[in-house]
Amino acid sequence: MSEFSLYLLQQLINGLTIGSTYALIAIGYTMVYGIIGMINFAHGEIYMIGSYVAFIVIAGLLGMGLVSLPIILIVALIVAVVISSTYGWTVERVAYRPLRGSNRLIPLISAIGMSIFLQNFVGISQGYRDVALPPQVVGGWTFGDPSVFEVTVSYMQLMIWAATLITMTALTLFISRSRMGRACRACSEDLGMTNLLGIDTNKIIALTFIVGAALAAIAGLLLGLYYGVVNPFVGFIAGLKAFTAAVLGGIGSIPGAMLGGLVLGVTEAMTAAFFPSEYKDVVAFGLLVLILLFRPSGLLGKPEVEKV
Amino acid sequence: MSQLLLDVNALTMRFGGLVAVNGVNLKVKNRQIVSIIGPNGAGKTTVFNCLSGFYIPTSGSVMFKNEQIAGLKDFQISRKGLVRTFQHVRLFSNMTVVENMLVAQHRHLNTNLFSGLFKTPSYRRKEHEAMDHAAQWLEEVGLLDVANRQAGNLSYGQQRRLEIARCMVTQPELLLLDEPAAGLNPNETKELDELIIKLRDEHEISIVLIEHDMSLVMGISDHIYVIAQGTPLADGSPDEIKNNPDVIKAYLGED
Amino acid sequence: MQGKLYNALFASGIALILTCLMVGIKLDTEGTQLAIKGATTQQWLWIGLGIGLVFLSQIFSDQIDSAFSKVPKPQLSKLLPEEKKMSVLKPWLIALLVVVMLIWPFMVSRGSVDLATLALIYIMLGLGLNIVVGLAGLLDLGFVAFYAVGAYTYALLSEYFGMSFWACLPISAGLAALFGFVLGFPVLRLRGDYLAIVTLGFGEIIRILLNNWTAVTGGPNGISGIAKPTLFGLEFSRRAKEEGNIPFHEFFGIDYSSSYKVIFLYLIAVILTIFVIYVINRLIRMPVGRAWEALREDEIACRSLGLNRTVIKLSAFTLGASTAGFAGAFFAARQGFISPESFIFIESAIILAIVVLGGMGSQVGVILAAIIMTILPELAREFSEYRMLLFGLLMVIMMRWRPQGLVPMKRPHLELNR
Repeated sequence: MSEFSLYLLQQLINGLTIGSTYALIAIGYTMVYGIIGMINFAHGEIYMIGSYVAFIVIAGLLGMGLVSLPIILIVALIVAVVISSTYGWTVERVAYRPLRGSNRLIPLISAIGMSIFLQNFVGISQGYRDVALPPQVVGGWTFGDPSVFEVTVSYMQLMIWAATLITMTALTLFISRSRMGRACRACSEDLGMTNLLGIDTNKIIALTFIVGAALAAIAGLLLGLYYGVVNPFVGFIAGLKAFTAAVLGGIGSIPGAMLGGLVLGVTEAMTAAFFPSEYKDVVAFGLLVLILLFRPSGLLGKPEVEKV
Repeated sequence: MSQLLLDVNALTMRFGGLVAVNGVNLKVKNRQIVSIIGPNGAGKTTVFNCLSGFYIPTSGSVMFKNEQIAGLKDFQISRKGLVRTFQHVRLFSNMTVVENMLVAQHRHLNTNLFSGLFKTPSYRRKEHEAMDHAAQWLEEVGLLDVANRQAGNLSYGQQRRLEIARCMVTQPELLLLDEPAAGLNPNETKELDELIIKLRDEHEISIVLIEHDMSLVMGISDHIYVIAQGTPLADGSPDEIKNNPDVIKAYLGED
Repeated sequence: MQGKLYNALFASGIALILTCLMVGIKLDTEGTQLAIKGATTQQWLWIGLGIGLVFLSQIFSDQIDSAFSKVPKPQLSKLLPEEKKMSVLKPWLIALLVVVMLIWPFMVSRGSVDLATLALIYIMLGLGLNIVVGLAGLLDLGFVAFYAVGAYTYALLSEYFGMSFWACLPISAGLAALFGFVLGFPVLRLRGDYLAIVTLGFGEIIRILLNNWTAVTGGPNGISGIAKPTLFGLEFSRRAKEEGNIPFHEFFGIDYSSSYKVIFLYLIAVILTIFVIYVINRLIRMPVGRAWEALREDEIACRSLGLNRTVIKLSAFTLGASTAGFAGAFFAARQGFISPESFIFIESAIILAIVVLGGMGSQVGVILAAIIMTILPELAREFSEYRMLLFGLLMVIMMRWRPQGLVPMKRPHLELNR
C-alpha cells in the first residue's frame, strides 16, 4: 500500500477511536431527548467530571503503591460511574424536574446555568489549568512498511473499542430486555400515557439521566486516559461534538447516536488529514448545519409529525 | 371551468402504515356552506390539516380557485384566501382582543422597518386602517365592547367568535371551521348559526364546517359530506343524508 | 416527619458523594507524576457546612417554601406613580435622566466614567439579546459571535482602509446582521433547541477562525492600535496622529487632559444606547413586535393566519445580531485593542444572565441587570473567583423561583379608542 493510503488508514483508526467516545456521550443526549424532548445542556460537564474523578482515583491508587493496572482502571471506572451518575441525577432533580411543564425556554436556561455552575465548581475546587496524567496504557500493535509508513493501533485504542462495544451491548440488552428498559421505551413513545398506566415516569426520567451520565463517565475515563489531560472546559466542546453526533444519527434514536458518533469521529479525522487540525471543529459544526438543513431527522431518526 | 371554489379529488393522507384519509372528494361552490360529518376519529380534522397546509397530503389534488395548492406551505395557503379555525380555540391569550385582530392583518400592514421606526404617514395610515377594519369585524361578531380586554379572559363563546372574527379580518374567500359549536350553550349555538349564515349571505364567502351538532348542520348546510374511517361514505343535501341508509347505519351501528 | 428525616438524610448523602471527591481531594502535579492532596481543614469545614445546609433545608423544606411565598415580590410598578400620571411625567423623567447622564461624568473620577461606559456596552448587548430571547423567545447561546463580527469589522476596516469609526458603525451592524441572517435562515425553521446548540457552535467557530486566520486577524495576538472615534474629525490625543489634523484641546484652546477622551467615549456610548433603546421601543409597538409576541404564544395559530414564522423569527435574530455588531464596533474603538480572548463563551453566558436576571422581554429590567452585573464584580473584587459560579447558580435559582426576572416585562397594549 502507498504511504498515503496507509496514512488514511491510520486516520480512520484514530477517527473510529474518538468516534466511539462521542457515541458514548451522545447516547446521554439522545436518551434524555427521546423522553422529555429537551437537550441536557449540562451533559458535557458530567463527562468532564467523570474524567476528573477517574484521574483522582488513578492518581490516588498509584500514590498508594498499587501496581496492577486492571484493578486500578476498574476501580476508577466504578467510582467515576457512581459519582458522575450522582451528578446526572442531581442535574435532573435541581434543573429539570421542578420546571417540568413550564415554557421550553426555562429548563433550557436553567440547564445552561447548571453547566456554567459545574464548570466553575470544578474550576474552583480543582483549578482551571490542565491536569496531566502520564500514559498508563502503553504500547501497541504496528504494521505496514517501516520505510514507508507505519500504522499503529495502540492498546489504548483497542481498549476504547472494547469498552465501547461492551457498554453498547449492555445498554442495548438493558433497553430491550429489562422491565426498566421497556418502561423507558414506553416513555419515549408517550410520556403522558405511560404515566397514566401507573408507571412512575419521574423515576424513568431520573433513570435516563443516570444511565446517560454513567456512559459519559465511561467516556470521561477513556478519553482522559487517551489524551492524558483534562481541564474544566473539556466538557463544553465534547458536549457540542456529542450533540452533533446525536443529531447526525437522528436525535432520540440510540443506534443513531452510535452511528452518528462514528461518522463524526471519522469525518473529523479525515479533515485533520488534509487541513490544519484546528479546523476539525469547524467541520464538525458545518456537518451539523448541513444535516439540519437537508435531513433534520438525521440518518436513522423518524421524521416528526406535528400535532395540530 | 365551473364555479368551483374548492375542488378536492382523491385526497389521501398516510402516516406510516396508517391511512387516516382515503380518497376523499370535496367540492365547494361560491357562497356555499358545506359540512363534513362523521364519527369521532373519522379523519375530518386530518382533511382540514391537509387543506390548510399543516400536512402535506400523500396523494390527491386540492384545487383552490383553479389552482393546485396541495404541497404549499400553511401560511401561503392562508394568504391565498383559505383560512381555518381549530378544534380547540387557539387565541393569543395574553394579548388583547384588538391585538389579536391586528396580528391577523400582519401581512396587510406596512412592515417596512424604517417606516415603522420613524412612523411615516403611510405607516400611520395603514395602522389606522387596520384598527378600523378590526373594529368593524369586532362589531360584526359583537365583541366591540371587550376590544381592550385580554383575549384569555373572555368567555368561551366570545373566544369562539373572536377566532372567527380573527379569520375574517384576513379577508378570506373560504373559511374552514373545525367544530365551532363544541362547548357552546344552545343560545350561543343559535348566535353562531346566524353568524355563519350572515358570512355567506352578506360577506359572500364559502364555509366548510366540521360539526357534531346535527341540528346546526342540517339547518344551515347546502351540501353535506359523510366520512367514516377516512373513507367517503355519502354526500348530498341535508334531506338526502338524513334518509341515507348507509349513514344511518354508520351513526347508529349495525342492525 | 419520618419521611422528612429520610429525605434529608438521603439528600445529605447525595451532597456528600458530590463533594467528597471533587472538593475533598485535589489533583496535584509532582514532577512528571500526578498525585493527590487532601483538602485543607477549612475546605472540609465548607463541605460539612454545605451538607449540613442541605440537611436542614430538607428538614424545614415546608417552612422555607412558605417563607418564600410570603416574601413580597418586589413590586417595582407600585413604586412608580399611577399610569395616568405616569404618561404626563414620563417625558420629563426621561429628560431628567438624560441630563443627569450627560452632566454626571464631569463630576466623578475617570475610573467611574470608564466603568459606566463598560456598563453601557453591556446594556446594548443585553438589549440586543433581549430582542432574540425575551421578545422572540429564541435561545441564542452564541451572541458574542456577532459582537466579535462587529468589533473585527471596525478593527480591520480601520487598520487596512483607514475608515473612520462613524462610517464603520453601520457597516459593522450590517455585517453582523448578515451573519445572523445566513446562520438563522437554515436553523430557524427547526425546533428551538437546535437554534441554541447551533448558535453555541457558531460562537466557537468564529473564535476558532479569529484565532487561526492569523494573516488577517492577527490570530491570538489580536489587533492593536485601533483608531479612536473623532468628533467631526477632531482627535482626542495629545498630538494629532494624522497630518493636518488638530487635536480637540488645541481647537478649543484648552489644556490637554486625558479624561476628555474617556468622557467623549462615554458620551458616544450614551448616545448609542439611547438610539438602541429608541429602536427597540418602536419595534415592540410595530407589527413585527406584535408578531413576535403572537409567535411566542401560539405558533400554529400564527401560521394559520398567514404569518411566515421563519421570516418573523429571522427578523428578530437579525436585529439582535446587528445590535451586537453595533456594540462590538464601539467596544473595539474604546479598547483600541481586540483579540479572540474577549469573545469567549463566558461572555455570551454573562449577557444571557443579564437578560434572565432582568426579566426576559423587559427593557428596564435588562438595563438594571446590566448595571448590576458590571458594577457588582468591581465592588466585590475579592469574590471575583466566584463570579461565574454565582452567575450559573443565579440562572438556576431565577428559573425556579422567578422566571419572569427582577422587573417582569410589561408590554405596551394597543388600545382601541372609540
